[in-house]
Amino acid sequence: MSTKIKVEHLTKIFGRDPQKALDLVEKGEFKDAILEQTGHTVGVYDVSFDVSESEFFVIMGLSGSGKSTLIRCLNMLNRPTAGKVIVNGEDIVPYSRKTLSEFRQNNMAMVFQHFGLFTHRSILTNVVYGLEVKGVDQEEREETARRVLKTVGLEGWENKRPGELSGGMQQRVGLARALATDPDILLMDEPFSALDPLIRREMQLELLDIQAKLKKTIIFITHDVNEAFQLGDRVAVMKNGVMEQIGTPEELLAAPKSDYIKEFVKDTDKSKVLQAKNVMFKPSAIVPLGGGAKLAIEEMRKHGISSVFVIGQNKKLEGLVTIDDALKANKENQPLKNIMISDFPTTDPETYIEALIPIATEAKYPLAVVDDEKQLMGIISRVSVMSALA
Amino acid sequence: MMNEFPDINLDLGQYINDFINWLTDNMGFVFDGLADAIIWSFQMLSSVLLWLPWWVIIAIIFLLSWRLMRFWTGVIFAVFIFMIGAFGYWELMMDTVSIILASVLISLIVGIPIGIFMAYKDGFEKFMRPILDAMQTMPTFVYLIPAMMLFGLGVVPGMFATIIYAIPPVIRLTNLAIRNVSKEMVEAADSFGSSTSQILFKVQLPQALPTIMTGINQTTMMALAMVVVASMVGAQGLGLEVLSALQQIDVATGFEAGISIVFLAIILDRLSQSVAEKYKYSD
Ligand SMILES: Nc1ncnc2c1ncn2[C@@H]1O[C@H](COP(=O)(O)OP(=O)(O)O)[C@@H](O)[C@H]1O
Ligand SMILES: [Mg+2]
Repeated sequence: MSTKIKVEHLTKIFGRDPQKALDLVEKGEFKDAILEQTGHTVGVYDVSFDVSESEFFVIMGLSGSGKSTLIRCLNMLNRPTAGKVIVNGEDIVPYSRKTLSEFRQNNMAMVFQHFGLFTHRSILTNVVYGLEVKGVDQEEREETARRVLKTVGLEGWENKRPGELSGGMQQRVGLARALATDPDILLMDEPFSALDPLIRREMQLELLDIQAKLKKTIIFITHDVNEAFQLGDRVAVMKNGVMEQIGTPEELLAAPKSDYIKEFVKDTDKSKVLQAKNVMFKPSAIVPLGGGAKLAIEEMRKHGISSVFVIGQNKKLEGLVTIDDALKANKENQPLKNIMISDFPTTDPETYIEALIPIATEAKYPLAVVDDEKQLMGIISRVSVMSALA
Repeated sequence: MMNEFPDINLDLGQYINDFINWLTDNMGFVFDGLADAIIWSFQMLSSVLLWLPWWVIIAIIFLLSWRLMRFWTGVIFAVFIFMIGAFGYWELMMDTVSIILASVLISLIVGIPIGIFMAYKDGFEKFMRPILDAMQTMPTFVYLIPAMMLFGLGVVPGMFATIIYAIPPVIRLTNLAIRNVSKEMVEAADSFGSSTSQILFKVQLPQALPTIMTGINQTTMMALAMVVVASMVGAQGLGLEVLSALQQIDVATGFEAGISIVFLAIILDRLSQSVAEKYKYSD
């Protein structure tokens, strides 16, 4: 996948003479010391990261950690003090006002925490705004706006005012307004933080739906870990204006780089983040289909287990034998095939643990993780699920 | 004698006089242009108002007040206007209304851009604020002196003084309203690549409109408050009638002219206020 946005050594300092403060930061002075000495606030310091085409990139961090400052540098609502913001291979920081306007009209749209809707305009004319600014003619822009409003489920509300809509619906308008110009990049600064939890969940799912269809590159800010992990392909964690760690949700959970991140991920509902592939382990024993009951018994005895998976050609999972059946078959000289059980639970590696918990706790046998070709990738036991969630 | 003030004789007035003379000699074209604009707008309005039949004007007042407020408000205001005519003041009323409306119009044309500029430039706001404060705290008569010096006697100095006195609210409230437009809304407009003028005309001004309307209401009322004062430099209308009644201790005329001004004040205030109400948005 190609790189869509490349941020290099981005720094944003607020105050009268940011360059002077920048020298101090580079000498290694701390944020608080700089604020005290010079009255300058370091919003973001030396941040670098890449975002790929169609990636859902989440930025997470406590309030005041510089998330908004960072995302606002991406469309130059904040002018960076130093560093580059390279979009589609071009650094946008030196853009003139006019080039920047064109860039904003065509490439990026933003969704705001408190919606930022124009209260003097109807829902429809809110959504057409970006196209209006671009100079698209009225008929065409209204047609587009109606279509986008339909996508976000607001058909029939075109002539209402923002004040007449609930918070959730207002943010749908915010999203529709951003989608109307068909930008390749969506910037979303805590778009769901002002909504109540149920509506928020609904909006998250809808956003994922839209993303699956439209394949935008999304930069999404949140201070909620669960939201970050549910939505993000990758999650970047910020602390005091610097980037603390970037990784997939699983990477952050499995290997948090600092106590700050540990503290953050502590509250996650891991069952919604971890997938079968993250908790499966390699079976200690398997037997080939042609191996016979005797081999199966030996393997089970050696590893102290009461059942074992049977593998055919190309590691294809054929079935499962229990120790009791194997002992019986051994006496009667039957092949493994006759005593194999086939109605045991399986799962694909992408399934979230949330869905596996009931299966894993009820099942008599370990859960087999298989890929599309029915190859055995690993197994999951009740214990492995529980210890992953602990 | 130690008790008497020393005989210094500071001729400040003479210097000011010289300065005004210098102004009229060298900057004459500016004041001539201003005078032309003032007199032109006054004459336009009064000729239209006097050209309209009296019952059309009463009908307009009735319909406007009815639509914007209530049926009975319309009836009462129509009666007010009719009474002013019945006192024999129809033409004087039209002169007064023209002076007020033309002054308000010029105040808006000058004041709204100044207010916008103040909202954009912090330095300019700092510079303007004490000037606006001074303009509103000075006794109204004080404006008459420079107005008279620059424009002599007549309707022009009267309107000039009226404009200077009435313009602060619209400037102040335009500035305030634009500064108070939600930051997120302006940023949203900016993030879609709007130009500065698109942000101004598509977002800031429409958002500021309800507050600016309040400013227009205040400016109108202040212009009305200047009616009698402006007549001291020769502006015609109901104010002049009150002034001459005062000088001749003519209670009957004074009362009729006075109550006519009160009627006009009530009508203009309620009408401009209810127009302002119409422009309020819910968030
Ligand atoms: N316009 C500004 N002027 C001065 N300081 C600012 C400005 N915007 C943000 N900051 C400061 O920058 C820091 C980061 O703020 P912000 O990016 O808003 O954090 P977050 O979005 O993570 O809560 C804070 O200390 C904040 O006070
Ligand atoms: Mg923020």
